[in-house]
Amino acid sequence: MSEVKARRMNMSQAIAMAMYDAMELDSSVIALGEDIADPQGGGVFKCTAGLSDRFGTERVRSTPIAEQAIMGAAVGAALAGMRPVAEIMLMNFITVAMDQVVNHAAKLRFMTGGQTHVPLTIRTATGAGFGTGGQHADYLEAWFAHTAGIKVVAPSTPADAYGLLLSCIFDDDPCLFVESLPLYFAMGEAPVAGERIPLGKAKVVREGSDITVVSYSRTMVEVQAVAKELEKQNISVEVIDLRSIVPLDMDTVLASVAKTGRLVVAHEAQVDFGVGAEIATRVHRELFGQLRAPVGRVGAARSPVPFSKALEDAFIPTKQRITAAILETLR
Amino acid sequence: MKDPKTPDAAVLLDIYRKAHLIKTADDRFIELIKAGQIASPYYSTRGQELIPAAVSVNLRADDYVITTYRGIHDQLAKGIPLRPFVAEFMGRATGTCKGKGGPMHITHLASGLPVTTGVVGSGLPIANGLAWAAQLKKTGQVTVCNFGDGASNIGAFHEALNLASVWKLPVVFVCQNNGYAEHTKYEYGTGAHAIVDRAIGYGMHGIQCNGNDAVEMWGAAHEAIERARSGQGPTLIEAKTFRFRGHLLGDDSHYIAKDEMAAAIAADPMPALRAWLIEQGHASDLALAEIDNTNREQFEDAVQFGLASPYPDVSELQLDVYAEEVRA
Repeated sequence: MSEVKARRMNMSQAIAMAMYDAMELDSSVIALGEDIADPQGGGVFKCTAGLSDRFGTERVRSTPIAEQAIMGAAVGAALAGMRPVAEIMLMNFITVAMDQVVNHAAKLRFMTGGQTHVPLTIRTATGAGFGTGGQHADYLEAWFAHTAGIKVVAPSTPADAYGLLLSCIFDDDPCLFVESLPLYFAMGEAPVAGERIPLGKAKVVREGSDITVVSYSRTMVEVQAVAKELEKQNISVEVIDLRSIVPLDMDTVLASVAKTGRLVVAHEAQVDFGVGAEIATRVHRELFGQLRAPVGRVGAARSPVPFSKALEDAFIPTKQRITAAILETLR
Repeated sequence: MKDPKTPDAAVLLDIYRKAHLIKTADDRFIELIKAGQIASPYYSTRGQELIPAAVSVNLRADDYVITTYRGIHDQLAKGIPLRPFVAEFMGRATGTCKGKGGPMHITHLASGLPVTTGVVGSGLPIANGLAWAAQLKKTGQVTVCNFGDGASNIGAFHEALNLASVWKLPVVFVCQNNGYAEHTKYEYGTGAHAIVDRAIGYGMHGIQCNGNDAVEMWGAAHEAIERARSGQGPTLIEAKTFRFRGHLLGDDSHYIAKDEMAAAIAADPMPALRAWLIEQGHASDLALAEIDNTNREQFEDAVQFGLASPYPDVSELQLDVYAEEVRA
């Protein structure tokens, strides 16, 4: 297990630490992806730095730029009893390997009547803010949440990333682990070595009484800043970090909304047909009589991720847009 | 000294036994579907029996075989137990996959059949992962991945063969080239003169053989499997064959020229192998008839088992989606 000396670290360091500890713990944990081995730089975001030096290039393999080959090899290795961690550099590139993820990884346990299973973790990064335009920054988690057989996890802090990634790697079903590009560089509290965080347990990161805001991944940063700001105006916001989309911890969400009577869901994925829609419909169904306002949703606009900063600010759920959604719901 | 490149009489009879079982199953499945006793799309393997029969006698029980929706020949040759195999075709609870996979996804891990895909070409990238695991665990297992000529035109083929070559994986890619991708004749869909030529582009060993000749097919498989097992890396085998009963049951093969079909049927590998075994003195007509009868009896036992088996309980719908029940 890693010896944690630093009290704070960033998310890419926390992910590398989780990978290291998982590989140290279990020889069936293996990794593959573009440029992930140390001779190729230990991953373009350094999330696998040091792994091949320590565990060898048999277990930690850089691959050609070939997402179908990466995902297929991961599925096959998982069928043969390994616990592969496949890095798909950016979430948009998963589209190249969708057949392996959706038709195979997610479905094989069911289609084989439980004879096989696919303990695969797909690590992938995304998020606007780096001027990468329309094919490098989408949040596509709703697609996968819509597919039975796969779990979807999206941490917002280094410590959560560490604990949730360990849980994904040692889970017996395929997990999609969504990493936020901007959060790679954000410092946070260091994880406790070996401490796993169970999937499907949302976290109330801030208690409040006027309104509940549910979020995950990068948008949590904006939501927390807004909650702090609104406190000055005597608006008390309860903030919930979902941490995983599937499994979805509705108990925590419902308990909070039963208390506040108001909910806004905020995520960087586009609003239409998104995770927020699913949560809103469940809350409306369960708490119809207790809601004091319709559930609000805030997220990206219905457009491809734009390049120009001038457009990007209108695209992503900025603090201003989250604030506006909260005030609208409180009206 | 025994020539290691030639199968002996016992091996030849094993090939015959497997091939005959495949033909028996194919004939019977079609009868059952036509009689309304099985409700499923069906992709016949009639004409392609000798390929897996001759490949599989070179395999260990723990070697892996991947196949496709046209796969009963590969599954039977690998030794899938007949009762759960037929029951799965019938969607019964006693099937290999509890009736949840069906004919296009027959899986039997214990027989070395970890995945059967209904998506053209998707087995190839998965084969690499099984082989990578065998390489890491040093088990000596070989993975045989079967697919058709049509699959050699899909992107997964390219990505998979390239990676297998770079990683020197113990995989044998067996392209069963029956000349037609669904309804489209080879030259309308494939730019390469021969599929085996594509091996050169990956720096991979390639063998083309007559898949309807038991000895030639055995030799190609023997060489490729030994190479894989001894760490010399993957091979692409192009086994030339023909498909007698269309892409999907009900398809009358109208897109195949009459003389082409007539010539193929005249060269049907099943009666040809039978006559050759007798002519060469490897077996008597009586001995082969005994094999035939045993196959028919065993298959019929499986059919009756399947017909008498219950359908899965509806509670199965929510089982095996995840390891545990997941609240999405």
